[in-house]
Amino acid sequence: MLRLKSWMFTAAVVTILAASVTAGCKKHQADAFPASGAVAGWEKTSDTRTYDAKNLWQYIDGDAEQYISAGVVTTSTSDYKYQGQLEATVDVHTMGDAAGAGKILEAGRSKDAKTAQLGDAGIAFAQSVIFRKGPYLVRIVAYESTPDTPQALTALAHGVEGKL
Amino acid sequence: MKNRREFIKATATGAVLLGSQSNLGLAALLDKQADATKSKVVVARDPALHDQSGQLNDKRVQDLLDRAIAAYTGREKPIEAWKRIVPVGKVIGLKVNGLGGKGISTHAALVLAICERLQQAGVKPGEIIVWDRNARDLEACGLTISNDPSRIRCYGNDVAGFEDEPAAFGAAKNVKLSRILSQECEMVINLPILKDHQLAGVTFSMKNMYGVVQRPFELHANGCNPGVADLNAIPAVRDKVRFTIGDAISSVYDGGPGFHPEHLWQPNALVVGEDRVAIDHIAWQMIERKRAEVGVPTLEAANRPPRYIATAADADHKLGTNDPQRIHLMEI
Repeated sequence: MLRLKSWMFTAAVVTILAASVTAGCKKHQADAFPASGAVAGWEKTSDTRTYDAKNLWQYIDGDAEQYISAGVVTTSTSDYKYQGQLEATVDVHTMGDAAGAGKILEAGRSKDAKTAQLGDAGIAFAQSVIFRKGPYLVRIVAYESTPDTPQALTALAHGVEGKL
Repeated sequence: MKNRREFIKATATGAVLLGSQSNLGLAALLDKQADATKSKVVVARDPALHDQSGQLNDKRVQDLLDRAIAAYTGREKPIEAWKRIVPVGKVIGLKVNGLGGKGISTHAALVLAICERLQQAGVKPGEIIVWDRNARDLEACGLTISNDPSRIRCYGNDVAGFEDEPAAFGAAKNVKLSRILSQECEMVINLPILKDHQLAGVTFSMKNMYGVVQRPFELHANGCNPGVADLNAIPAVRDKVRFTIGDAISSVYDGGPGFHPEHLWQPNALVVGEDRVAIDHIAWQMIERKRAEVGVPTLEAANRPPRYIATAADADHKLGTNDPQRIHLMEI
């Protein structure tokens, strides 16, 4: 009887572990990047490139260390264009946990940051938006400041948030 | 493929040739008012470099470059000045910096202005190589990739590859240099962009050399100190990278080296000189002044002063001076 209970306990643990690993893989493989037209006015203009902690320096050499120390697992990035003119880049950092995402978000907070109602917490500037949702840290940067930029970035950020 | 001995020999020969033909050391030679014991650094500014909509005026960039080079060399005519700077019949590399992406990379307008003056000074288009780590970085600068040997070439280390034999100096061991530096160029003009740097404090002239090695992150320890100084003391880097035209047209005073538009600022300036240490010292002061202006803590307070600058000036490296008393700063 004891042996049967032990076997059942082991099987349950294995099942739970397998389920969580599968969920984790799905989480890390989430396609957070809205397709062209999914967010009004925004077109996805590049393939998505993905880096892990070991080769993140190839994308953000010099910045990579702060993400690695906060537990980055992967970073994916893609370029976008709004109404054929305003260029932007979306970076989605999948951290090991929500605390890692929070650490990066807080590091980016400065006195002129405005609170953005995005994910679990977010901040916005004239040309950029940063938010976290669970283990994800999303940063969207525009390369030009126009009257439409803040509103357009917020719309794209909601598009990304909805896919996480 | 060159073996280590041939590579060292070629590098040494190149240095001798440049020493006799390129007329560098020209600041003291040409400007009779210059104190020969001081390192000359020109900071040239044009507040109207960007128009009211924020667009960069290419013509004004060309004019600013001409003013900076004229002030540095003491020659009024740009072509005469450039003939003093570059050797004839040699391949000239222009090392840009596109690491930060589109928003904070060496400006194409500056690169093109330099290419135009080089050609007017007698350098053939095929003798100019504009380069950085890879195609992505170059495209971030607004440049177009080209391998056509009859035109100005533009490609990255990802195409040219790296030396098999590592170079070393001090703590920088197993440094594999880009073949563009070691084999293709006789002289390099350094075109960094001024930025704050999370690890090093400031990235400008010397730090831009991280883009000529295969594994730059291995030189990041301890705030890139002595990594930056050691890398610049490697003979091929020390001898070939002999002139800096630093892009301070735009800059980020915090959050670098990536593009953080919330910390973007437009100094509208070029920083020109031969002494890479003096240039970085001046660049550091520019960043600090801006940080003070906007109420951001000093780099010392942020625990990341660019200590590598003093290291580069020490007796082991002798790459230049960080002593303000020995820097002849010309602000125009």
